[in-house]
Amino acid sequence: MLLIDCPHCGPRDENEYHYGGQAGIPYPLGETTDEEWAAFVFLRDNPKGWFRERWFHAHGCRTWFDVERHTVTHEVRKAR
Amino acid sequence: MRFTFDGRPMEGEPGDTLAAALLRGGVRIVGRSVELGRPRGVFTAGPEEPNALVRVGADPMLAATTVELYDGLEAWSLRGKGRVDVSAASDAGDGRRCDKGYLHCDVLVVGGGPAGLAAATAAGMAGARVILMDDQPRLGGDLLNSRTLLDGRPATDWVDALDLPGRVLTRTTAIGYYDHNYVVAVERRARGERLWHVRARRVVLATGAHERSLAFPGNDRPGVMLASAARAYANRYGVAPWRRAVVFACTDSGHEAARDLVAAGVEIAEIVDPRVDGQVVTGTTGDAEGVLNGVQVGARHLEADLLAVAGGWNPAVHLFSQSQGRVRFDEDLQAFVPGTSAQAERSAGACAGRYGTREAIADGYAAGTEAAEATRSRTGAAGDGAAGTGVAGTGAASSDPADREVADPGAVQPRAAEPGAGGLRVPECDERPLGRPAALWVVEGSSDEPAFADLHRDVTVADLARATGAGMRSVEHVKRYTTAGTGADQGKTSGAVVVGVMSALLGAAPGQVGTTTFRPPYTPVSFATLAGRDRGELSDPVRTTAMHDAHVARGAVFEDVGQWKRPWYFPQDGEPMEAAVRRECHAARTAVAAMDASTLGKIDIRGADAGAFLDLIYTNLYSTLAVGACRYGLMCGADGMVFDDGTTTRLAEDHYLMTTTTGNAAAVLDWLEEWHQTEWPGMDVSFTSVTDHWATVAVAGPHARRVIAAVAPEAVELPFMRYAATDVLGVPGRVFRISFSGELAYEVNVPWAYGRALWEAVLAAGAVPYGTETMHVLRAEKGFAIVGQETDGTVTPQDLGMAWIVSRRKPEFVGRRSHLRPDTAREDRKRLIGLLPDDPGARLEEGAQLVAAGRPTEGPAEDRVEGPAGDRVEGPAEGGVEGPVEGPVPMLGHVTSAYHSAALGRTFGLALARGVGPGDRLTAVSGGVTQPVTVVEPVFYDPDNARRDGEPLPDDGGPAAGGRSLGHFSEEARGRQSDGRPARVREARAESPAAGFAARFEAVSGPALSVREVPFEPMWEVRGQDPGVGLRLGPSWWLVSGDIVPRDGWVDVSGQRTILELTGPQAEDVLITGCPIDLETLPGHAQTLLGKTSVVLERRGPGDYRVYVRSSFTRYLAQWLLDAISAL
Ligand SMILES: [Zn+2]
Repeated sequence: MLLIDCPHCGPRDENEYHYGGQAGIPYPLGETTDEEWAAFVFLRDNPKGWFRERWFHAHGCRTWFDVERHTVTHEVRKAR
Repeated sequence: MRFTFDGRPMEGEPGDTLAAALLRGGVRIVGRSVELGRPRGVFTAGPEEPNALVRVGADPMLAATTVELYDGLEAWSLRGKGRVDVSAASDAGDGRRCDKGYLHCDVLVVGGGPAGLAAATAAGMAGARVILMDDQPRLGGDLLNSRTLLDGRPATDWVDALDLPGRVLTRTTAIGYYDHNYVVAVERRARGERLWHVRARRVVLATGAHERSLAFPGNDRPGVMLASAARAYANRYGVAPWRRAVVFACTDSGHEAARDLVAAGVEIAEIVDPRVDGQVVTGTTGDAEGVLNGVQVGARHLEADLLAVAGGWNPAVHLFSQSQGRVRFDEDLQAFVPGTSAQAERSAGACAGRYGTREAIADGYAAGTEAAEATRSRTGAAGDGAAGTGVAGTGAASSDPADREVADPGAVQPRAAEPGAGGLRVPECDERPLGRPAALWVVEGSSDEPAFADLHRDVTVADLARATGAGMRSVEHVKRYTTAGTGADQGKTSGAVVVGVMSALLGAAPGQVGTTTFRPPYTPVSFATLAGRDRGELSDPVRTTAMHDAHVARGAVFEDVGQWKRPWYFPQDGEPMEAAVRRECHAARTAVAAMDASTLGKIDIRGADAGAFLDLIYTNLYSTLAVGACRYGLMCGADGMVFDDGTTTRLAEDHYLMTTTTGNAAAVLDWLEEWHQTEWPGMDVSFTSVTDHWATVAVAGPHARRVIAAVAPEAVELPFMRYAATDVLGVPGRVFRISFSGELAYEVNVPWAYGRALWEAVLAAGAVPYGTETMHVLRAEKGFAIVGQETDGTVTPQDLGMAWIVSRRKPEFVGRRSHLRPDTAREDRKRLIGLLPDDPGARLEEGAQLVAAGRPTEGPAEDRVEGPAGDRVEGPAEGGVEGPVEGPVPMLGHVTSAYHSAALGRTFGLALARGVGPGDRLTAVSGGVTQPVTVVEPVFYDPDNARRDGEPLPDDGGPAAGGRSLGHFSEEARGRQSDGRPARVREARAESPAAGFAARFEAVSGPALSVREVPFEPMWEVRGQDPGVGLRLGPSWWLVSGDIVPRDGWVDVSGQRTILELTGPQAEDVLITGCPIDLETLPGHAQTLLGKTSVVLERRGPGDYRVYVRSSFTRYLAQWLLDAISAL
């Protein structure tokens, strides 16, 4: 059970949150090729190590925020 | 204390374990081994026991060494594998009330031996919040098993004199150490186990060490026992039923055991110490039953009834390893010891390889002090970085020192003296220092007797040799091949032996062989313990509407939709479902019927950009919608697939009400907030769930106006797809003219408290109640797709034939670009079609496969569409088979909905299929049954929407059946009309969500704990500006309640939640069984979980809590609270 620090509520158990996948994938603006669009919709990184990701405090303040999580050690730190 | 073993009456002493009592009673053989059926006796005195597994009552397999004896205990030996006696384990046969609880602390100390006691004492003196847990009934750890003196007095005196801080949990075994210092422990209580979830900022592991055996021939006989166990039975339990013992001492503790056995009156035949003269035990001999009667030391045979084996010590690194710490092999200790930590944890005492009592106490003091200091020394403000336990930087593994500057609003303050300044003295001890153990793991024997590495799994040295001989080098492979270490004891006594034997077989150092992964749980845990109180009706929250009790009273049959209970149909006089649905459909198509539609999601959307935002979310336009108008909309995922649908109404220029499907209500709200917060945060729009606030009744049928005239007369002439805020039964309500059936229909909304009154009034006004099945039939007749039934995440609006709802004018909406992808734009996608079976009485199977007309013929077997042989249709099927097609048969689609239609007088279906159009012939195949069908347009009833406006009120002189009078109305409605007023219920009775629990709440309330509902509290949710009152729920979100005049823009949510109040000193005891947050540091209030539902938890004072719970979850939470109170 990860302990994730909500910027509004403080540290809470993982099961108060919904996972939001990789952070920093902006909605493409303007014209996109099919490949660019498919990359936005379907492709995400899967690194071994630090990963910037989104969490949603669904059972709390309902805030979306980013953290960095180490996919090996599960350490979680504030996104920088 | 009297107990029975295999039905034989026996007696034990208070404080005995079952194993001690069995030894006391002369039982040598406790059971037979799992694979080989060899006789086995008690081998250890703790949870590492591999042999003495017994059934106790309904527990199918427990280690006798961990079972506390009680009067009347009934135990049975196990023959081979244990079996679950289902009848004994059922609820009826098991009075246990298992429960769970959440705890928080600065320092968790696991283990109540000398190191753990010292650590807890030191951490407490340094001012930390401490929890100490130990698996024994008494604190002291190995001190209980020894005759060691501390400061010249029995060691237990030192234990008893300690001033232990915080919460001390005995009989509590830490079974799992998870991410971010989350430790799960099982507390054994007479009335049922309690599963503790502990979040600790620092953990001190003081879990001690397990003695190990070594592999030599015949090392499994009853009578062969770990030396530490023999010593524990002699010293702690006063049980030394042996005459003459041989001690196999690979380490000095064997000599200590020998001294203790002598003191207990046991003759020591010999101490075999390989370090002294290279002598080793090479075998054992047994009597006719296989019980030890002699020990072979080379050529010498020593008569003995006890062989006490001191093979060395293994630090209990299980929890350390579970925490992802890495162990290393210590050559001096010949054991794996904690190496690199991965979490905010430190091992102290024997589990760190520091075996001496003084050494362990000193180590414990240091560990406790250090842990408390670590929780105190943090700086920073709340929210500044990764605050709290276990988040980045609390672990030693963190590489970046900056990570450690973590927020810590609750930093501990020193309580008493600084560490070391008195009170933390290490007592004098009479123990002799321990020398280096022999590096001995396996002894070549002279006999043919097997030498066991794992007693529980019956894995021998020969088995291990077979594994390495087959080329296996990894201990993980050998484990899986031989099953060594996979028994109920999880290899606690065997793990190191397996590694040692492998190291000998492979010629590699044990450190190179390594250990297998230590996984939770440390000791076996029953499913009942894991389930706790989350069983039966509490296993998953049941959501109910305001009308639920009325539905129950009418005999509704319910179906589960998400967590909701929805009436499926309302059988009358025991009629079967089909008849009930036909009757309900008939009422809706010919007169008037009503459904509880409260479960539909409702989201209040406000802000200057609300329309523009909806334009981005829906495929069609909402910014152009007129105020007061409703519009049906579809929303898609970014992948262009249909995600949800519903009707959204513009209540005011900057104010919309969105409805969602029942199952997707929460997901849609999440979706809106996600797009708003993460993509378009600049837009002025906010979202408030009002699903529970409004109770909704759908009134449908040509006579619907008559019902509306009775309950909301001002809304009678509402045009199609319009909305009115109007009095409903004398309370402010909302009426929408929306139809999901094609008939004249209204959705009438009142606040939750009046939902039941509205429902009763609607039925009293003549509406026939209908359930979800009828709703499905009616909408399918009109060809309306249901999200999740006609769609499955691979269906676009265009696939549903709804290209008309996808705006071509809008430059952007979620999903637009995906509709242009080649795959979504291709012509041969599956599309929604209608189906008419040739047999008008045959209902298709939902999910049936659609293939080209005809019957599959012989093709490759794997591709043939065919059911079980017995169901195969032989010969030409009747009616309209246009001849067989060549197999294999391509699947063209599948049936998504299939019903019997009262209006059509026949069956029909909806389906998704590719490459077919009206008039085409297909075959539906399911379960070996084939049905010929014809493809039609997916609208079966009233394709011109001629029925949309129903019939005018009879008073208007319209052609309504029933004439001017309300003749077809119920008796009840006529009764109301007799006073001269319109058939309208004037005084709606309000009912709060927990009204039905008032008596039960009162019954369980007392001075220690009182529970009640605070009903009808006015509440608003406020967005944006701080209202200066209420509870802050989010960055710009407040909940205001009480006797307050609402301001502009406040969303009335009085019906959305109710308040359950818990007061009294036991309030927290109840809350910790379901609330994961730290109540001690609760800053006034928090939004969190209680049981399995979201709540706002407000602490108004010590032992004074208010729980704001969604109205639909109130029944669940009320039952949960009553259950929690009964389990206190
Ligand atoms: Zn939060």
